[in-house]
Amino acid sequence: MTTKTRRLEVNRRSGWQSWLGPFFTSDVGMKWMMALTGIGLLGYVLVHMIGNLKIFIGPEDLDHYAESLRTLLYPIFPKEGVLWLFRIGLTAMAVIHIWSATVLTLRNWKARGKIRYDARRQYAAANYASRTMRWGGVLIALFVIFHLLDLTIGSANPDYVAGDVYNNVVYSFERWPVALFYVVTMVFLALHIYHGAWSLFQSLGLANPRYDSWRRWLAVALALAILIGNSAIPIAVQLGFLTVSG
Amino acid sequence: MTMNTEGNGTMLDPKVPEGPIQDKWTKRKFDVKLVNPANRRKYDLIVVGTGLAGAGAAAALGELGYNVKAFTYNDSSRRAHSIAAQGGINAAKNYPNDNDSVFRLFYDTVKGGDYRSREANVYRLAEVSNSIIDQTVAQGAPYAREYGGLLDNRSFGGAQVSRTFYARGQTGQQLLLTAYQALARQVGLGNVELFTRTEMLELVTKDGRAVGIVTRDLVTGEITSHSAHAVVLATGGYSNVYFLSTNAMNCNGTAAWRAYRKGAFFANPSFTQIHPTCIPASDEHQSKLTLMSESLRNDGRIWVPKRADDTRAPNEIPEDDRDYYLERQYPAFGNLVPRDVASRAAMRMIEQGRGVGPLKNGVYLDFTDSINRLGRQTIEDRYGNLFEMYERITDEDPYVMPMRIYPAPHYTMGGLWVDYNLETTIPGLFSSGEANFSDHGANRLGASALMQGVADGYFVLPATISGYLANWLNEPPVPTDDEAFTAAEQEVRDRLNRFLSIDGTHSVDYFHRRLGKIMIDECGMSRDRKGLEKALEQISALRAEFWKDLKVLGTDESLNQSLERAGRVADFLELAELMVRDALDREESCGGHFRLEHQTEDGEARRDDENYAFVSAWQWTGEDSPPIRHAEPLEFEYVALTQRSYK
Amino acid sequence: MNLTLRVWRQPRRGSEGAFKTYEVKDVSPDASFFEMLDQLNERLNDQGEEPVAFDSDCREGICGTCGVMINGSPHGPQSGTATCQLHMRKFNDGDTITVEPWRALAFPVLKDLIVDRSPFDEIIQAGGYISANIGAAQDANATLVPKPAAESSMDAAACIGCAACVAACPNSAANLFTAAKIAHLGLLPQGQPERYLRTVAMVETMESYFGSCTNFGECETACPKSISIDVIAWMNRDYVAAQWKNLRKQGQQA
Repeated sequence: MTTKTRRLEVNRRSGWQSWLGPFFTSDVGMKWMMALTGIGLLGYVLVHMIGNLKIFIGPEDLDHYAESLRTLLYPIFPKEGVLWLFRIGLTAMAVIHIWSATVLTLRNWKARGKIRYDARRQYAAANYASRTMRWGGVLIALFVIFHLLDLTIGSANPDYVAGDVYNNVVYSFERWPVALFYVVTMVFLALHIYHGAWSLFQSLGLANPRYDSWRRWLAVALALAILIGNSAIPIAVQLGFLTVSG
Repeated sequence: MTMNTEGNGTMLDPKVPEGPIQDKWTKRKFDVKLVNPANRRKYDLIVVGTGLAGAGAAAALGELGYNVKAFTYNDSSRRAHSIAAQGGINAAKNYPNDNDSVFRLFYDTVKGGDYRSREANVYRLAEVSNSIIDQTVAQGAPYAREYGGLLDNRSFGGAQVSRTFYARGQTGQQLLLTAYQALARQVGLGNVELFTRTEMLELVTKDGRAVGIVTRDLVTGEITSHSAHAVVLATGGYSNVYFLSTNAMNCNGTAAWRAYRKGAFFANPSFTQIHPTCIPASDEHQSKLTLMSESLRNDGRIWVPKRADDTRAPNEIPEDDRDYYLERQYPAFGNLVPRDVASRAAMRMIEQGRGVGPLKNGVYLDFTDSINRLGRQTIEDRYGNLFEMYERITDEDPYVMPMRIYPAPHYTMGGLWVDYNLETTIPGLFSSGEANFSDHGANRLGASALMQGVADGYFVLPATISGYLANWLNEPPVPTDDEAFTAAEQEVRDRLNRFLSIDGTHSVDYFHRRLGKIMIDECGMSRDRKGLEKALEQISALRAEFWKDLKVLGTDESLNQSLERAGRVADFLELAELMVRDALDREESCGGHFRLEHQTEDGEARRDDENYAFVSAWQWTGEDSPPIRHAEPLEFEYVALTQRSYK
Repeated sequence: MNLTLRVWRQPRRGSEGAFKTYEVKDVSPDASFFEMLDQLNERLNDQGEEPVAFDSDCREGICGTCGVMINGSPHGPQSGTATCQLHMRKFNDGDTITVEPWRALAFPVLKDLIVDRSPFDEIIQAGGYISANIGAAQDANATLVPKPAAESSMDAAACIGCAACVAACPNSAANLFTAAKIAHLGLLPQGQPERYLRTVAMVETMESYFGSCTNFGECETACPKSISIDVIAWMNRDYVAAQWKNLRKQGQQA
């Protein structure tokens, strides 16, 4: 396409064409969506963690909290109505996030060409976190599937009893491989967040030298909070601080 | 006058318009024949070179509506050596209110050129200088600004006003990028077709006029003819004849030389500029010399030890034992004397054995006083990138240790002879920028090369070329299967095959380095008859050796950098001889041309206005016969001829 | 200094290439990297082997012609330095140095260490300019440019187009190059009238050749002019903003 035709074409696009067409399929647009859905998923992970930490207050508190999610905004909405809205929203965000990541990864692999550098790359800026976004992301996705089967649907947990949230968690984490899988995933989730929370400002175009250092601290704080908060539960179970109640 | 002493030389007419100097350019623009907008697309034009003068011309001609083909041997039109100009660009805006004017810029440039330039051209240059700033600002050149948002200026060698606009130490880069972007716009719009990695190897003439060029695709080796109504050569200077110079590795004189061999006159070939502030060479394998912007002389003080045997570190030499020789010899201009004066003064110091550094081949450029006066931060803001560059190359920190500098070949004022319209002696062949000889006389002032490049490309050539083109309305260009083209192509192929078939023992660089040594020793900063005559013999012998003992491997059907260089050095070996002949012929000293026989008692250049106030324009007569020297007399109506004094 | 070089040799575009090992002796630590290669080439030529082809022109770090991968680092180990300004004192006697061309699908190798970077020109041709016809400009001081804006614009404009950013990027993305030009022009008042059109056209052209940005930051450290990845954020924002705007109604103003 010559400049003339490209510029005419860009100028002629009306709003919805540019949104549905080039933008959503462009690299920059997909990164933008990854950043937005990343914020949504990060917010969910934080809220989820804060809720789960009630496990340290006691079985009643946790079970009551879990039940309240089902009756959120009831009776304006039917029981579990809001919960399902959240579930649908979260799934959509996860799908967009993963879909964009997959498409961009495939494009990037193609853009690199067949012949790679022979000498070992001397990475100067890229760190372990940014280089494990892809495979860490895959691990997190696999974990989420297991986690749902384990504690939401229950099919991966032989001791599962619907509604008995506290005991389900304790039974699950008493199996050491599950606890280990959980903690390892949290490490990668923390790395994912460490890079993602910093990087999303870049993708959204909000980076500004004035708060660049602040961005780094925000990412560290979020990553550490998620790592420590979430890992505390399986570790506490394994160390025997949390035991089956009733 | 001695103008006609050599051969059958004639007097050249520069076709300068009549009338007062202020009105000449306006008059020419009005008198020139025009091509109407609807007819412009019927014309094919070729622009060779995409530096400031070439990219500028191609973009401007494309905007006007001509079909333009632009050629560069670089991989992109953003690489040309205009990009390396550091310090700035002059214009007569008088923004700083220090009494500058078009006339003063004109006056300074003629004087700085030691009265060997054409007044009318220089005046035009000064006149359009303001438009250059306007235009490049509009195109997005990020010039330095004051806090109020207005443009900032600084001073430069050879002037007593601040008229230099700058973008840090990268003014050339920013100006070339504006021209590159303007050209890119035209390429995107389809008005200009750009050929990268394509080198012009021959000019094609038919019935005495330029009708096209023959090029080689540097990647595939393909030889192609391109036909056009007119050809513009904006191919830069030939400082690389010295091997070590501040020019880029690929800068060469081939396009201009090919044109010369086809009948274009070559003017003032011996007028070369040696730039005073370069980093001294460190060893024999050095491939080029690096320039440090002349703007450094604004805040740096140049000195050498008073005693030749002083081996102390610079910071240990007390004030009393230092000789700030420029400030001493030229109190009025001090460290800001023009380049030729500064270079020769440095050369004298080194000849007296007072050079500094391990090879005793430099002089100090010291910022201690400025750092104490202005603070390190200010100096860093002004010259930070230059200081970094210096440190990278020498491993010395110029904030602590004075810089070491030495003169190096930098710019060639000589070039293809052009008339006021920038047309060479071959009708239809134009030349702009450093490739022509027109505006700088015997010495170019700092920050004037960018000015000339943009002026020629953006403003002069697009205005004057229509005068030639209008004569060829509705005439198609000569087809490329014409005998003129096929013969030229064959010559190019034969020449390439000849390089490949010599199969001698030495590389191209080996010969180039030897040529450079001859030229810098005998036809560099100072020249004398004995040395020049010796150089003539040496060059001739070296050329014979080159054609017997050159070794170029590979083929001509693929990327072959040795083959590219072979052609360029072969042309340098001929051009060098012409430079020496010109230096011999001009029995006076002026600007960059310093003949030891012609100097004042205190070692300054002594011009001979009575006998040499003319431009030498040389005509090729064949491989085995000497060239003929023609002359364009220079008349100075507006600037009085005086001995230049910067004291 | 004596060194062992492993150099990528490839006769022409599309042909097979391989590493070849050469010994270079008596290199001065004050020589530049290319002067070391020049020495090798002179010797190869004398011995009847074709010299190593590499791009280099100004040799003062400004033209952007040069650039090779040296031991896995674009332009070699010294930060903020183009290959031509890298000096041998940065290496140790006896080192083995691996020299490779830039690698990316968009940059086919033409010979040995030379690659074709013409997609960069295409990105500029798509919109990396201000449409100001020659001769039509107003007085240069008629538009005020705040000093900080001029400085930031200059920071971005310092790009030399060497493509080290692409070479460094594990995704072969050209975001730093493209964004630097968008920021250079978009930060200036003169660049406003076609700001969003420019951004969209350049980004789309870029994406048709190169990978996407995953914010590794490798480009920034490889850049010989140390251009900050802040410009990429700026480009992203303008690209997204361009989608919200009705360009015909609102014009291009931010």
